[in-house]
Amino acid sequence: MTNEEIKTKVLAALAAVAPELEPGTLAPGANLRDELDIDSMDALNFLVGLSKAFGIDIPEADYRKLSTLDAIVGYVAARVGKR
Amino acid sequence: MAEFLLPKLGADMSRGRLVEWVKKPGERIARGEVIAVIETDKANVEVEAFESGTLEKVLVEPGDEWLPVGTPLAVIGAAGAEAPAPSAGEKPARKPEAAVPAAAKPAPEAPRVPAVPPPKPKPPSKAPPPHAPAVPAPRAAEGTRLPASPVARRRAAELGVDLATLRGTGPDGRIVLADVESVAGAAVAKRPAGRPAPAAPLTAAEKAQEKRARMREAIAAAMARSKREIPHYYLGTTIDLTRAMAWLASYNAERPVTERMLYGVLLLKAVAAALREYPELNGFWTEGRAQLADSVHLGVAISLRGGGLVAPALHDADKLALPELMRRLQDLVTRARASSLRSSEMTDATVTVTSLGERGVEAVYGVIYPPQLALVGFGKVVTRPWVADGEVAPREVVTATLSADHRASDGHRGALFLDAVDRLLQEPEKL
Amino acid sequence: MAKLTYREAVRAAMREAMAADPRVFLMGEDVGRHGGAFAVSMGLLEEFGPERIRDTPLMESTFVGAGIGAAVGGMRPIVEVMTINFSLLALDQIVNTAAALRHMSGGQFSVPLVVRMASGGGRGLAAQHSHSLEGWFAHVPGIKVATPATVADAKGLLLAALADPDPVLVFEHATLYPLEGEDADDTPMALGRAAVRRAGEDVTLVAYGASVHKALAAAAALAAEEISAEVLDLRTLRPLDVEAIVSSVARTHRAVVVDEMWRTGSFAGEVAATIMEQAFDELDAPVARVASAEVPMPYAKPLEDAALPSAEQIAAAARALF
Repeated sequence: MTNEEIKTKVLAALAAVAPELEPGTLAPGANLRDELDIDSMDALNFLVGLSKAFGIDIPEADYRKLSTLDAIVGYVAARVGKR
Repeated sequence: MAEFLLPKLGADMSRGRLVEWVKKPGERIARGEVIAVIETDKANVEVEAFESGTLEKVLVEPGDEWLPVGTPLAVIGAAGAEAPAPSAGEKPARKPEAAVPAAAKPAPEAPRVPAVPPPKPKPPSKAPPPHAPAVPAPRAAEGTRLPASPVARRRAAELGVDLATLRGTGPDGRIVLADVESVAGAAVAKRPAGRPAPAAPLTAAEKAQEKRARMREAIAAAMARSKREIPHYYLGTTIDLTRAMAWLASYNAERPVTERMLYGVLLLKAVAAALREYPELNGFWTEGRAQLADSVHLGVAISLRGGGLVAPALHDADKLALPELMRRLQDLVTRARASSLRSSEMTDATVTVTSLGERGVEAVYGVIYPPQLALVGFGKVVTRPWVADGEVAPREVVTATLSADHRASDGHRGALFLDAVDRLLQEPEKL
Repeated sequence: MAKLTYREAVRAAMREAMAADPRVFLMGEDVGRHGGAFAVSMGLLEEFGPERIRDTPLMESTFVGAGIGAAVGGMRPIVEVMTINFSLLALDQIVNTAAALRHMSGGQFSVPLVVRMASGGGRGLAAQHSHSLEGWFAHVPGIKVATPATVADAKGLLLAALADPDPVLVFEHATLYPLEGEDADDTPMALGRAAVRRAGEDVTLVAYGASVHKALAAAAALAAEEISAEVLDLRTLRPLDVEAIVSSVARTHRAVVVDEMWRTGSFAGEVAATIMEQAFDELDAPVARVASAEVPMPYAKPLEDAALPSAEQIAAAARALF
């Protein structure tokens, strides 16, 4: 799975909790919580979406690593690669 | 045979738009089943049937028209009755305006809240109902009537305007003809001077703006009423959440992301359980007295993307185990944001809980959602130096606040309630 | 159209009627040589002679009774009773005989009698010369009650009364006699037709007699406050023009009824009840009444003014409906 494919799926999971998101406008380094006004329930739902899309579990301890689009793509790439 | 009327889904609703019929003429309906989808100023709501029966006939087709609360939407036949086969010549539905004269009849299922209390409230003339009503809107006491002039009543019936939604501007707050005609729109106003020309179709941006404006109006009406009528008192306490957060972390560590809980669920459960101990905070102020609810239905304040909020009910939160409560909360938030709440969720909440900790504030002093008796607020969980047993140690703490109606409870009981929330959160495993 | 006073208009009507019909004659206290207590019949004795302008003793029951007899016998008498308070002495003749005779005789007799009298307060004549009791007479079936408020009506309604085959009482408000106005045209007037004296949209001021002018003053004051008041002059209390009242209230949705009678049992109460019965669903406010204070009419001018309905009271009553 390429980073571009991962990014597409991540954006799809994000769009499920923030429907007004326009993928092209999201800066790769922007803090998602601030940028998209995401609360803990949205965040949890997003993580559930990621978990289902990529077949990975994401420990609570890793949540803090997942603050930007770039970080998430990197994290998922590492986790998928490790599998 | 009963008319299915547009229900009043909360103190801030005066009108609605029919989005969709979920049931079709001839279909059987069980009590509690979703029959239609209604758009209110705040959300799309799946409206449930109050009685079992057969949907005999729809009186209104889905459309953009705003219908006043109480407008007959359909005819529901008795549970056993067969729906009559529609005859070839029969029109399937009337236009809403043809259906409006019956709108003046009060909806038995959805008692109305007067937008303004009568200037001289009469003492309650009947005992409180034995159980919490399905809809929290207070039923007008027997023998009390909204003060409205005869011609205002007649015109309201003609136009399908619910008098309960009006603010009377006549002497002593009487609803007069001008009040009815002003809400019914410029088309029927007595003096058409200055009436704007028919509007061009709205753009998507204008529609969104209009929707936001409508939500603000609905919130404004309910919140202004609250501050006008309810003597609020406010209490706050800082609660040590260290044990609860540690317990939750170990709970979540053992579970996949789909089964994890948010700490907010612990707070909700503790509030619900504490309300069982202090029932004077749980219920409604109607007919000049507190009517306490038998069940604890937590109204969870949910902010909506793009602004505004709703506070749908988590039913029987005190009786649900934490994982089930989490599942229900997740479902409720998702549906609130997808605008697919159900009518019982819009009307049943007996108390409201709000948390603004997500955005960094430490305490919330909220406005009670009328006719409820209290609102519980939580700020963010922060790590603070804390003195326990003479030692200073870092602890995770949260500030819990209570806004309560002083007519129904006093600060002493309110303080004991917050203390109970604290106590319950110290033993998260027992929640 | 020529200008004349209310007093001259009444006189003109009598003169016209006597010139046209030899059966018409006038009788009453001081109507001949003195020219009438209010100078209404001044000059008529000289013009028509003592056979047709007859001074009577101070005995209302007798000369009203004589008028009834003359009417039954084929004449068209006009009986002047000096003031409404004195008419009480003739009440038996009016109620038991004049009003009842057509019915008591199975339609064999009619009583084409006209009784004129001055009514109302405002002239400093105290509690035996100043009352308004028109509603008492309007209570009685078998008689008609006219209350002209304008110069044209003073003439036209009197002529209509003379043309009527049954007894008609005409109440001339004593403060109106010097009122100047336009003469009536030659169109015969009908009894039982109210008139809109000022058109308006927001409230109907119902009045009769001198109160019409107070209502018009009130309407002018209200107009300055952007309250558009309609003034409806009843003109006759029996028959009452219910249709005109209802149709006006159906447009304005509010009503103030003005009456110089005492409030309790006033004719205004009858009008208010009629509005309630026939236009309830048109009302946007309770029907208001402005009537006289419940005291025998005071002599002192300030007290008399305070006891009578005023334009200010009418305007205030109208304002309170909004």
